[in-house]
Amino acid sequence: MSEFDAAAAAVQAALDTGARYADARVMHRRYESMSARNGEVEALTQDESVGLGVRALVGSSWGFHAVPELSDRAARDAGHRAARTAAASALVPGPQVDLVPVDPVVASWSSPCEVDPLGVSLAVKGDLLVAATATMAGHGADLAEGLYQVWDTAKWFVSSEGHRIDQHIRECGAGIAATSIGDGETQRRSWPSYRGQYGTTGWELVESLELTAHAARIAEESRELLTAPLCPTGETDLILGGEQLALQIHESVGHAIELDRILGWEAAFAGTSWLDLAQLGSLRYGSDLMNITIDPTIPGALGSFGYDDEGSPAVKRHAVRDGRWVGVLAGRDSAAVAGLDHGGSVRADGWARLPMVRMTNVGLEPGPHTLEEIVAATDNGVLMDVNRSWSIDDKRLNFQFGCEIGWEIRNGRRVRMLRNPTYTGIGPLFWRSMDMLSSEIVSWGTPNCGKGQPGQVGHTGHPAAPARFRNVRLGVRA
Amino acid sequence: MSASELDLAGRVVELVAGLAGPDAQAEVTVGRAELALTRFANSAIHQNVAESAVEVRLRLHVEGRTAAGSASTATADGLRTLVERVLVAARITPPDPAWPGLAPPAPVAPSAEWDAGIAYAEPADRAALVRAFVDAADGLTTAGYCRTAVRTAAFANSAGHAARGRTAEAAMDGIARAGGVDGTARHSVDRLADLDGAALGRRAAAKARAAADPVELPPGRYPVVLEPAAVADLLQNLAWYGFNGKRYAERQSFAVPGVAQLDPAVTLVDDPLRGAGLPFDLEGTPTRALTLVDAGTTRAVAHDRRSAAATGAESTGHAGVGSSTFGPVPHHLRLAPAGAANPTASTPTVSPYGAAADADTAALVSRMGRGLLVSDFWYTRVLEPKSLVITGLTRNGVWLVEDGRITRAVRDLRFTESYPRALGPGSVLEVGRRTARQPDGLDGVWWDAPSLRLASWNFTGGASG
Repeated sequence: MSEFDAAAAAVQAALDTGARYADARVMHRRYESMSARNGEVEALTQDESVGLGVRALVGSSWGFHAVPELSDRAARDAGHRAARTAAASALVPGPQVDLVPVDPVVASWSSPCEVDPLGVSLAVKGDLLVAATATMAGHGADLAEGLYQVWDTAKWFVSSEGHRIDQHIRECGAGIAATSIGDGETQRRSWPSYRGQYGTTGWELVESLELTAHAARIAEESRELLTAPLCPTGETDLILGGEQLALQIHESVGHAIELDRILGWEAAFAGTSWLDLAQLGSLRYGSDLMNITIDPTIPGALGSFGYDDEGSPAVKRHAVRDGRWVGVLAGRDSAAVAGLDHGGSVRADGWARLPMVRMTNVGLEPGPHTLEEIVAATDNGVLMDVNRSWSIDDKRLNFQFGCEIGWEIRNGRRVRMLRNPTYTGIGPLFWRSMDMLSSEIVSWGTPNCGKGQPGQVGHTGHPAAPARFRNVRLGVRA
Repeated sequence: MSASELDLAGRVVELVAGLAGPDAQAEVTVGRAELALTRFANSAIHQNVAESAVEVRLRLHVEGRTAAGSASTATADGLRTLVERVLVAARITPPDPAWPGLAPPAPVAPSAEWDAGIAYAEPADRAALVRAFVDAADGLTTAGYCRTAVRTAAFANSAGHAARGRTAEAAMDGIARAGGVDGTARHSVDRLADLDGAALGRRAAAKARAAADPVELPPGRYPVVLEPAAVADLLQNLAWYGFNGKRYAERQSFAVPGVAQLDPAVTLVDDPLRGAGLPFDLEGTPTRALTLVDAGTTRAVAHDRRSAAATGAESTGHAGVGSSTFGPVPHHLRLAPAGAANPTASTPTVSPYGAAADADTAALVSRMGRGLLVSDFWYTRVLEPKSLVITGLTRNGVWLVEDGRITRAVRDLRFTESYPRALGPGSVLEVGRRTARQPDGLDGVWWDAPSLRLASWNFTGGASG
């Protein structure tokens, strides 16, 4: 039977077992990754997974069941079991569950792809990682690592409201990292970011990264960092590179505007949010330069899709406009609870996982400056780039980030390299201190966003550019 | 899947021999899982999921080259497709001179007793435990999960080694919320009957009520009592970054076997056979109890065959998915409690002291002059891997202790601390007498810890920055 037929059978079985709404996704995912270390291939993995997950709403309770088979019997059994699980949830019932309306859609969508990543020879891919890591090892790195990853996902979605959507999303990316080991500490430099850059695109993205061309430089920088002066402690102006600002957005904006967190649905694990829905539309989140969009329509960005995993079409919306909080990431049920009129940000990381509110592409719109102008306009400060560590509290307020490299800025010029740069702050105070923002936007991809129980790994995108923040606390250490 | 996992693993090995020749080296794991998790928030079940999963994993070394792959189907066609795919990949990929070879045949311990309560748990069973947790919180808002997980697996390789095993685990992890502050309780067990939703709910509620009206303290170094949930974070980070054989081989770990690196009160043992662990790893190496730290002296790190070969050691049975890149990690770590050779893991009890998780923790608090009682850590991340400097935050309840008495609740604090230094010689003032097995985010992984009283913990920021 076809994938659509299997999904439809599961939905019908759930309805037959008492569900008032049901949807099902069949997913077929191929994953490939290769890693290299010090000029040799370390691991090559090719995984293939096919299965079906069905979600049933019985009364006010959800149930979900997933199976690794697409036979009619397996699909119907999954539908029955999803509905029975939902019925069991009624032992600890919640409020009435409604779904904001979405027009039933029959559609197909594919992400843009010039060069099929799985069609590129393994030898070519291996040679790339071997060459880049050998170059780093030859330029002083004690540990030279390279990695690429490819996901090729086809999915078929059917709902009891009439959706029939198939999508083919190809994602890939790559990165390299050089680590130098000293007495009692290590220093790492990565290109283009830690774990690499990723997008919903073809192998052309990896080729554009020019891994080998940057290998010698980052290796030398990692060794130089071992003897660089420590990042100073105290408050000063902070300039963040775009890669680090992407993660700052992810942690202190993206997660904070997830409606399930705001509603308390993630309270025990991922946490809640400092945001209060009563202030939606009025709260000052950041400076006037802060314009954050939720935009799954950006071609090639890692959080892009045609339809989310509830069948809602991809639509660009603002989360923060001119510094004011105006939007959330929502699903059909959470939006109904909050009195909003749209979902559109619900995804699952595979056929075996329940779709939940996830970031799409959450990022900044361009500012009026360039990085060069920002540095030139800074008398005393530190420029930091490429994330090394990240930590933020369960309300998404109190954060501390470490970066791989810092640069002391004096009188508008980079003076010297700094090691172990860290900064800390409180989300809205930090964003309100942003007084310069570059126009040099890059949509950084984050392929490792953890959320949910059982755990799910989300792929998100974050348009970001260098920016300056005033009077930030730097240099926290043990 | 009608054939047994062991039969299927054997078939894949035969397929490899037929397609790649007798010199090809294959290792195969076939796993089947029934995983279910009932999640609640705002005192209602809002997500309720179950998954039936099959996974066939093949790693193949042929003509000096290595590739690995997996499939979610175990049909005859599916197995053949997997073998053909991995074989093509192995022949094209660059050479692998560090291939460590296959695990030789070796006896594998039988799996521990398998709890039928977990194996046949229905959604209604999990919902009943959630109901008990919610009711015991006595009107406070609650959130958390109840999970049951059953796994069966078999292994076979071209060297003639074969093994099979099965595991079952259940766990609950929840919070109660009172006035914007939370209390937590969690427990990982091998028998569903040992999961007491009501006791966990009562404990979480007592802690939440005791955490009311917190004050902000200035950052700085404070003596601390860490409850088992917080100690579990120490164990997890030590396991991932310290006792990881690959990171040790790369000189990225603090661990130096034979050196007294931690306080003499610290003994750490990885013991997967104590519960929820399979009796063999992904390379087929039998698992066993491995003493990592004995009375403060580092004795071993965890190895798979690749990291063992790199350091001239033997595999300790810690190969897992991704261990060839991230490294082998001990996932069943127990910090030995004080004064008991064979301690019985504590059952969840409600402390008469409210804030403290149990009477054992309360006893440690009573012997601390001025310091902090910490329930839990959150979002801990490595700032510097070799010295294992970690930053993170407290969560789910912190209290000021003065003259051995809990005097008031404190707002959450950020810390930046080297874990080996915090546990270093002279730094561990007291170890609790009972452990409490804490569940991990991954089913079947656990951290078994008593409470600890430490001389100092470096808090580097308060709730307001």
